[in-house]
Amino acid sequence: MILSNPGGLEPAEGRVALFGGVYSNHPALLATLEDARAAGAETIVCLGDLGAFGPHPDRACAIVRDAGLPVVQGNYDHSLGHDLADCRCGYTDPEDNRFAAISYRYTYAKTSPEHRAWMRTLPQAIRFRLGDRRVVLCHASPRRINEFLWESTSPDAFLLRLLADAEADVLAVSHTGLQWLRSFSGRRAVLNVGAIGRPPNDGRTGAVYAILGLDAGGAPAVEWRRVEYDHDRLAAEMREEALPEEFVETILTGWWTTCLEVLPAKERARGKF
Amino acid sequence: MILSTPITSHEDRSAGFEAQADPEASPLLHPGPLDALWFQVTGTVCNIRCRHCFIACGPANRAFGFLSVDEIERRLEESTDLGVREYYFTGGEPFLHPDIVEILTRALSRGPATVLTNGTLLKPYHAAPLAEAAAESRFSLEFRVSIDGFDRVTHDALRGEGTFERALAGLELLLAHGFLPIVTAVRTWPLGEEPEAYRAFVGMLRARGYRNPRIKLLPIFRIGAEAERAGGYAADERLTTRMVAGYDPELLLCGSARVVTDRGIWVCPILLDAPDGNLGDDLAVAAARPFRLGHAACTTCWMHGAVCANPGAATPEAGLPPGLP
Repeated sequence: MILSNPGGLEPAEGRVALFGGVYSNHPALLATLEDARAAGAETIVCLGDLGAFGPHPDRACAIVRDAGLPVVQGNYDHSLGHDLADCRCGYTDPEDNRFAAISYRYTYAKTSPEHRAWMRTLPQAIRFRLGDRRVVLCHASPRRINEFLWESTSPDAFLLRLLADAEADVLAVSHTGLQWLRSFSGRRAVLNVGAIGRPPNDGRTGAVYAILGLDAGGAPAVEWRRVEYDHDRLAAEMREEALPEEFVETILTGWWTTCLEVLPAKERARGKF
Repeated sequence: MILSTPITSHEDRSAGFEAQADPEASPLLHPGPLDALWFQVTGTVCNIRCRHCFIACGPANRAFGFLSVDEIERRLEESTDLGVREYYFTGGEPFLHPDIVEILTRALSRGPATVLTNGTLLKPYHAAPLAEAAAESRFSLEFRVSIDGFDRVTHDALRGEGTFERALAGLELLLAHGFLPIVTAVRTWPLGEEPEAYRAFVGMLRARGYRNPRIKLLPIFRIGAEAERAGGYAADERLTTRMVAGYDPELLLCGSARVVTDRGIWVCPILLDAPDGNLGDDLAVAAARPFRLGHAACTTCWMHGAVCANPGAATPEAGLPPGLP
């Protein structure tokens, strides 16, 4: 399945900040935007999944929309926007499905119909040029809004095929929540920008995003940024909203506690659970 | 800032069902790009004879034979040209192959590899070098260990006397070498009892030292030995073109995977006994060849989706409109 509605951005100059997986984490979102601007990013793009997991989903929506950021539709945005019954993350584990259902029902109920209608209209891919490099941004993969592109299950030949099929030199995705970069001959690259909504399962708090630019030779260059935010405040809000303590624990400890079934062996082994 | 027109467009190469005049005709699936390459690494030869095996594997079943290291290397090279994403090694029992460590190590140099095993033959001389190969590779090595019951009685009734303890010994060996095996279990319980069965499984595995067990539940295919044991499919259990209307073809393994055997490229790991499952010797040609879903077992894949793939390797339809505007 090829993603629909590709939007295009004007050719970009300089540095482009790319973040995804907000998961209703509005303090991390504000901290990320502040950090990206301070770091000199001329353009900031959101790679989808505004809601899930965290408290008060309308707050993150309002921040992104007020800032006028280009946003690529994530699977969560797609499900909420189309009034689907679940997030379509593809869990089969009964416990993962239980937590996914709690997260989705809460987020659906607390996202205003106006924000949900807006989510429905979001493009599923954004294309632009950075120097002479063709860049494609999408939530999960260029062919599917909910395909997991993990570092340890993405061979070079497969990623080069995705780049060729998407007619791209640089492909940036999110969806998995774990960041990585693969460069090819210095001219092409695929990166997963991770997520700002929950830490990357490494036992530390803080949000991760990427700033994409070009080096002196015109090759894609990625700067990883880790942003601290008031995670105690977020945890307090999650508890006030009676969200599962397992979700709160992830925010406070930096270790993923739920929805782990989809992680491949290498990524799973790096976590605590 | 967002322009309404795309800078470029791209071609839809995804899998799709062919439109057919007769809605009762078997669906014809045109595959998408080849994502997964399976290897019938020990053919149909297995050290045990499971009563529910869909291809009736056993010590004497030589319908399919072993693949050589050279043949596997050749296919791995071809798969790289096709941009394959992941490799699966099955049988039979893969750990009957004398070169299985070498084979998995070579696969890991190119991409993620999964080996499906009954666990009973696993030895430190497998686990130790594979732990090293997995640590050195940037790709994941997955073990899928079949344990078909959360107690000895259920498991051994299907897989043979003593196999429960031997499989768990294999599992414990993998855990001791730092692996996180995926335990696969066929559903031997009524669907309504699944939450209890799942909890019992988790409890049993934790008691064996697997703190956060990874579990994949599988449906039973009523073919091969299983058809003898519990009865096969009814004559009218066939997919029709009408039934697949609106169905996501990418949930079917035959839409994105093929199997290397010593007798050529097969359409999927389930239909080894089906003559029309043989798609020839040329991998690129076989990968693109449409397949008619005319087998009763196809209804099980259709019903459950992504039966053979690892958790997370296939995701459900998100309701996207097809194609580009």
